[in-house]
Amino acid sequence: MILLEKRPQPSRVWTFATPVLAVVLTMIFGGVLFAALGNNPFETIRTIFLDPLFSEFAWFYRPQILIKGAPLVLIAIGLSFGFRAGIWNIGAEGQYIIGALCGAAVGLAFYPTESFIIFPLMVIAGALGGWAWAMIPGFLRVKFGTNEILVSLMLVYVAEQLLSSMALGAMRNPDGVGMPGSRNLTQYPSATSWINESAGMHWGVVFAFIAVIFAYIALSRHIFGFQVRLSGQSPRAAKFAGVNPARLILICMGLSGALAGLAGLFEVAGPASQVSINFNVGYGFTAIIVAFLGRLHPVGIVLAAGLMALTYIGGEIAQSNLGLPGAAIQLLQGMLLFFLLAVDVLTNYRIRLKREGLT
Amino acid sequence: MTTKKLLASATLAVGMATGAFADGHEPTTVGFVYVGPVGDGGWTYEHDQGRLAVEEHFGDAVETVFVESVPEGADAERVMTQMALQGADLIFTTSFGYMDQTIAVAEKFPDVKFEHATGYKRADNVSTYSARFYEGRAVQGHIAGHMTESNIIGYIASFPIPEVIRGINAAYIHAAEVNPDVEFKIVWAYTWFDPAKEAEAATVLIEQGADVILQHTDSTAPQAAAQEAGNVVTFGQASDMAEFGPFPRVSSIIDNWAPYYIARTQAVIDGTWESTDTWDGIAPGMVEIGEITDAVPAEVKASAEAMIEAMRNGEYHPFTGPLNKQDGSVWLADGEVADDGTLAGMDFYVEGLTSEIPQ
Repeated sequence: MILLEKRPQPSRVWTFATPVLAVVLTMIFGGVLFAALGNNPFETIRTIFLDPLFSEFAWFYRPQILIKGAPLVLIAIGLSFGFRAGIWNIGAEGQYIIGALCGAAVGLAFYPTESFIIFPLMVIAGALGGWAWAMIPGFLRVKFGTNEILVSLMLVYVAEQLLSSMALGAMRNPDGVGMPGSRNLTQYPSATSWINESAGMHWGVVFAFIAVIFAYIALSRHIFGFQVRLSGQSPRAAKFAGVNPARLILICMGLSGALAGLAGLFEVAGPASQVSINFNVGYGFTAIIVAFLGRLHPVGIVLAAGLMALTYIGGEIAQSNLGLPGAAIQLLQGMLLFFLLAVDVLTNYRIRLKREGLT
Repeated sequence: MTTKKLLASATLAVGMATGAFADGHEPTTVGFVYVGPVGDGGWTYEHDQGRLAVEEHFGDAVETVFVESVPEGADAERVMTQMALQGADLIFTTSFGYMDQTIAVAEKFPDVKFEHATGYKRADNVSTYSARFYEGRAVQGHIAGHMTESNIIGYIASFPIPEVIRGINAAYIHAAEVNPDVEFKIVWAYTWFDPAKEAEAATVLIEQGADVILQHTDSTAPQAAAQEAGNVVTFGQASDMAEFGPFPRVSSIIDNWAPYYIARTQAVIDGTWESTDTWDGIAPGMVEIGEITDAVPAEVKASAEAMIEAMRNGEYHPFTGPLNKQDGSVWLADGEVADDGTLAGMDFYVEGLTSEIPQ
């Protein structure tokens, strides 16, 4: 008989070991799934997890991992502060959209003037846009006690409608023969976020790394990080320690919103290249998985984002080279989260094998 | 900036050279990028049927690869690049939203041929192709005008782009021709494929009294919603959707891409491929009308078939004057036929439609 015994304290070893175990379990069960679909499981797992890094065309795929991972890191870093403090911003996708819209609006307003000041202004607008969109649920929570999970989530749908309306109306390319979508920002040198396209470098990648360093310092060395951690572990103790909960909510929501907005701006001015109806592809939601997969720790988030990016890119290679259905890749990503949550039990519980008759 | 770009293209060129070299004696590879899943039962399904026809026609001489459910944007560009790197000789990109990405990737791979469906941007190695779906819409409008008893026809539209607006106009003109009291209620779904949204749109239209539903979205969800309602007529979109016949589905527009895909692949094999703009309708067989079922009165069926025949032998064009624009101004004089340029960029409704094109 198997018994679960609660640990007095979460195990430090398992905190770091469970994500690795989850990845290994995902590979094993993913392999079984691929075998059931009639593919060679080893070849498929190799294609998904190793080919993007080490195959003949890795020089193309490696930068792609940066491109795909950067927005995930930026958003997940922002979310991790709130999640640690028990503040649940689920609407990063919406803040990402609004950040992109505000940043793109600034860039498009200047078109076709060339000036070094345009891109910094776009960055500021993007951050402010995301911040303002996140302030709505933050403010409502502080002022009226509304649930920030619901409000932030619902605002994603509002943001999507706004995006459609902008792509079809105000921001539509006047030279686009009536087609939806804005001008191509990557063809506007003052407004593009690309630094070197073939190396996968755009300003979002740079900002993602800066955000990781700042988050690391803030969490381990700064009083703000202490307040965040304390509020999450024991809200009452936090109150006694002088933490103002309303202020903390506004800061955490604002921070995650601003970072999501930045991610949106860098994406729209770089890889996505224009405001289009389908601009958002779910980075804001995937970042939630990334934040938890990375244990809400800045370094963990970088690794988790890299892994998610890897499965996306490897998944596409597997689709086109091995004829794997797209849904199988989504299943694999779902499995990853499932196993992570499942093996998490090891962090808080000890497994004991109980022998018969010894009770 | 320029040196970086030069370097970037040099790296790509080297990569391509190895790709082409590796692929010297292998079969011709044809890639397909799909916006929906191959099992959508509509748009993507028919493109995949075209792919399968290519495989069957050429046997071992041609190999095909595909990636499904590729979002329109940065991801599409990566998928296309990856296909080109892996040695594809010809790549079909099958959604309007892939236009800029197709052009961008084609620039980096001058030796790979690209074919973009429903777009208008071409290059030396990029062709465009589309079908004159509006001919099929005219037939649908004709049948719908006869079939409706409430005189309310519901229309699930996707995006307000010329192709969709053209379809609405063609259907309305021919519905109003046989039934002057007919009214069109149009719902914009802002998606090509989203069964939940499409079903919701169908339900809303049915609740508003529509007893005929036309759709310009790719799933069979509206068919299922109509089947449940019991007394609502539908038409298959992009694919026959025969499983919903003989009622509610009374006819359909079928996109038959197979002959085109085979011809273009042959051209690549023969080395005769050239950048072209193809816009074919019922006559060359790119648009087919699915069986008109017995739920349609015999005389209506006969008149619809006469209309199909007239379009097939070029006697009739669905946009023939006298036709006015929605604001009452004259568009086509008596007997005048619309030119392709106006049709390709159509951004206005014809007289009689009461709603407005979303801006």
